Amino acid sequence: MRGRWRSADKLLTLGFSIGTYFLLFCVGAIFGKIVMEGAPVLLRSEAPYVNTNFFSKSPMTLHEFKDEEGRLLRLDHDEYRQYRKNNPGAVLLEERSISHAGGGILGPLVGTAMLVVLCMGMALVLGISTAIYMVEFARGGRLLSTLRLAIMNLAGVPSIVFGLFGFAFFCLSPVFPVLTTEPDWDRSILTLPVWPGGGYLSFQGWGSSLLAGGATLAIMVLPIMVAACEEALKAVPRGVREASLALGASRWTCVRTAVLPQAAPGMLTASVLGVTRVAGETAPILFTAAVLSRATLPWENLEGSGLFWVSNLLTQKVEALPYHIYIISGQPGGEAIDHMRYGSVLLFLILVIGLAMVSVILRSRHRKDSH
Amino acid sequence: MPDDAPATARAEEEAIIVIDNLSFSYDGGRTAALRGVTLEIQAGLTTAFIGPSGCGKSTLLRCLNRMNDLVEKAAITSGQIRIMGHDIHDPKVDVIELRKQVGMIFQKYNPFPKSIYDNVAYGPRVQGVRDKAKLAHLVEDSLRKAALWDEVRDRLDQSALSLSGGQQQRLCIARTIAVKPKIILMDEPCSALDPIATARIEELIAELQEEFTIVIVTHNMQQAARVSDQTAFFNMGELVECGETARIFGNPSVKQTEDYISGRFG
Ligand SMILES: Nc1ncnc2c1ncn2[C@@H]1O[C@H](COP(=O)(O)OP(=O)(O)OP(=O)(O)O)[C@@H](O)[C@H]1O
Ligand SMILES: [Mg+2]
Repeated sequence: MRGRWRSADKLLTLGFSIGTYFLLFCVGAIFGKIVMEGAPVLLRSEAPYVNTNFFSKSPMTLHEFKDEEGRLLRLDHDEYRQYRKNNPGAVLLEERSISHAGGGILGPLVGTAMLVVLCMGMALVLGISTAIYMVEFARGGRLLSTLRLAIMNLAGVPSIVFGLFGFAFFCLSPVFPVLTTEPDWDRSILTLPVWPGGGYLSFQGWGSSLLAGGATLAIMVLPIMVAACEEALKAVPRGVREASLALGASRWTCVRTAVLPQAAPGMLTASVLGVTRVAGETAPILFTAAVLSRATLPWENLEGSGLFWVSNLLTQKVEALPYHIYIISGQPGGEAIDHMRYGSVLLFLILVIGLAMVSVILRSRHRKDSH
Repeated sequence: MPDDAPATARAEEEAIIVIDNLSFSYDGGRTAALRGVTLEIQAGLTTAFIGPSGCGKSTLLRCLNRMNDLVEKAAITSGQIRIMGHDIHDPKVDVIELRKQVGMIFQKYNPFPKSIYDNVAYGPRVQGVRDKAKLAHLVEDSLRKAALWDEVRDRLDQSALSLSGGQQQRLCIARTIAVKPKIILMDEPCSALDPIATARIEELIAELQEEFTIVIVTHNMQQAARVSDQTAFFNMGELVECGETARIFGNPSVKQTEDYISGRFG
C-alpha cells in the first residue's frame, strides 16, 4: 500500500516538474526568438553600437529590388529616392514595395511615450482623489462598497470595450472642449470666441487624439491605480494622522500635509507599474488615438502658439508602438518586414520590462525605507 | 496673573475637565470600554491615570480630545464631557478648536518625517501663521520650553528622525506646546524610552505643570507618584478611586487600589 502511494507520489512530482519545465521552455523560446531576431535590428557591431536609423526615423515604405548586378537591396523610402537620384538610368529588377517595413520606430515610440505620460497624469489625478476619498473620508457604509465593486468590475472589462467607450465618450461627446481657430461647426454645441487672437473654445469633443487616447487608457488603468493609491494611503501609520489631527489640523489639512507626502512615493511607483500594463494595449487606442502612419513627429509643423499650440498638439492622432506592431504583424511582406517586426517587439519588451523593473525596485526600496 | 495663582484658589471654579457618567463603546454599544466614569480634573493640576492593561485609560484620554472620532463605530453611549464649560460633543463645538486647546502626546513618539523646525512649526502653520519671524520665535520658544533648544539649535533643518528617541518625544512635546493648548494629554509618554530619557521627560513635565493642565497615563507607579497631584485608578472600564496622589498611594480607601499599587495584581 505504502509503496503504491510512494510511486504515485513520484509520478505526480514528475508530472508537475514536466509542466514547470515546459513553461520554462515556452518562456525561453519566446524571449529567445525575439531577442535573437530583434537584437541584430537594434544593435550594431561597431560604434555607436545601436542602429541609429532605427531610432531616428519613423516607419515608412520599404523598397526591395535587385540592381543590375543582381544584388538584393532593401532601402527605405528616403534612401530609395536618394538612390534613384544618384543612379538616374538604373534598371531595377523584381521591384516591390512594402509599407511600414522601412525606416525606424521613432514616431510610434514618441506617440506611445506621449500617450503614457498623459495617461499617467490623468490616472494619477483621478486615482489619488478617489483613493483619498475612499480611505480618508468615506465612512464605511454602502456607498464605499458600491464604489469598490464598481472599480473592481472595471478591472474585468475587456480592453476593446474601453476603446469603444473612449471613442463614444472622449472623441465624440461634445462636452470636451478644444481650442482651435477652425471649429467644427457641425459638431460643436458651444463655441466661445477667445480673445485676443481670434480663436475659439469649441465644445466639440476631442476627436481621435492624444487626449482621448490618454484619457481612455487612464480610465482603464484606474482600478490598478486606485488600489495602489489606497494601499499607499493605508500604509501611512495611524500615528501620523493622529499627530496631525491632535495639532488642530482639519481632515483635509491632515491628508495634504501629513499623509500625502508619505504616501506619494508609493503612489508614484505603483502607478508606474499600472501604466506599464496599459502602455501595451492596442484596443483602447485603436479608435481613440492611433494613426497608421504620419509624416511628422507630433510637435513638428504645428500651427498656433501658446495654448492653441498645446491644444493642437494634444488633439492630433499619433502613431503608437502597440498599434504599429499590430499593423506590421498582420501585413504581408515576408522576410523583408521581419526585421521591423522583431525590432519593434524587442524594443517594446525592453521598454515595458524596464519600466516594470524600475517600479518594482522603487517599490521595494520604498518599502524598506518605511520600515 | 492667573497662571501664578495657587491651584487651590481655582479649584472653586468649575473644573477644567468634567467627565460626567461617561460610557464608551468601540463596537456600537455591544461591549463597553468605559462604564459610568465620573471625574473632575482641576485646572493647573497634573492628573495621573493608572490601572491594569486594557482598563480603558487610553480610551478615556482619547475621548478628551475626541481622537476616538477616527475609530469607526466607536462612540460615547452615555454621559458627557465638559471641557472649559463646553460639552465637547455639542454639534456647535468645533473639534479642531477643541484639539487646539487639548494637545496630545502619544505613547510612540511620532514626529513627522520633516525637519525639526517644520515639525514644531506644523501646528502654527496649520492655523495659518505664515510670518517667518513669528514662526521662528514660536519654534524657539516651544523648543526651549520642551528643554530641547540647546540640543537642536544648530540642526533645526535636519530630519526629526535623526534625533534620539527621547529627543523625538520632547520634540513632540514642543510641537504640541507650539499650538498653545491649555491641556496636554500624555499617553504613557515614557514607555518607549530608556531610564535617562524618561527622567528628562519627567523633569520636563514638572516644568510644564506651571503652565498647563496635564493628564498623564502611566504604568509606572513611581512616575505617577512623582509627577502627579491627583491620581485616578481604573479597572475594567470603571473608575475605582480618584483622589490626591499622596492619599491614593499612602492610604487608598479601596482594597483593589492598594493591591494594584503594591503590585499584587495588574
Ligand atoms: N481601536 C479600538 N477598537 C476596538 N477596541 C479597542 C480599541 N482600542 C482599545 N480597545 C479596547 O478597549 C479596551 C480599553 O483599551 P485601552 O487602550 O483604553 O486600555 P489601556 O488602559 O490604555 O491599556 P494599556 O495600559 O495596555 O494601554 C480594551 O479592551 C481594548 O481591547
Ligand atoms: Mg493605553
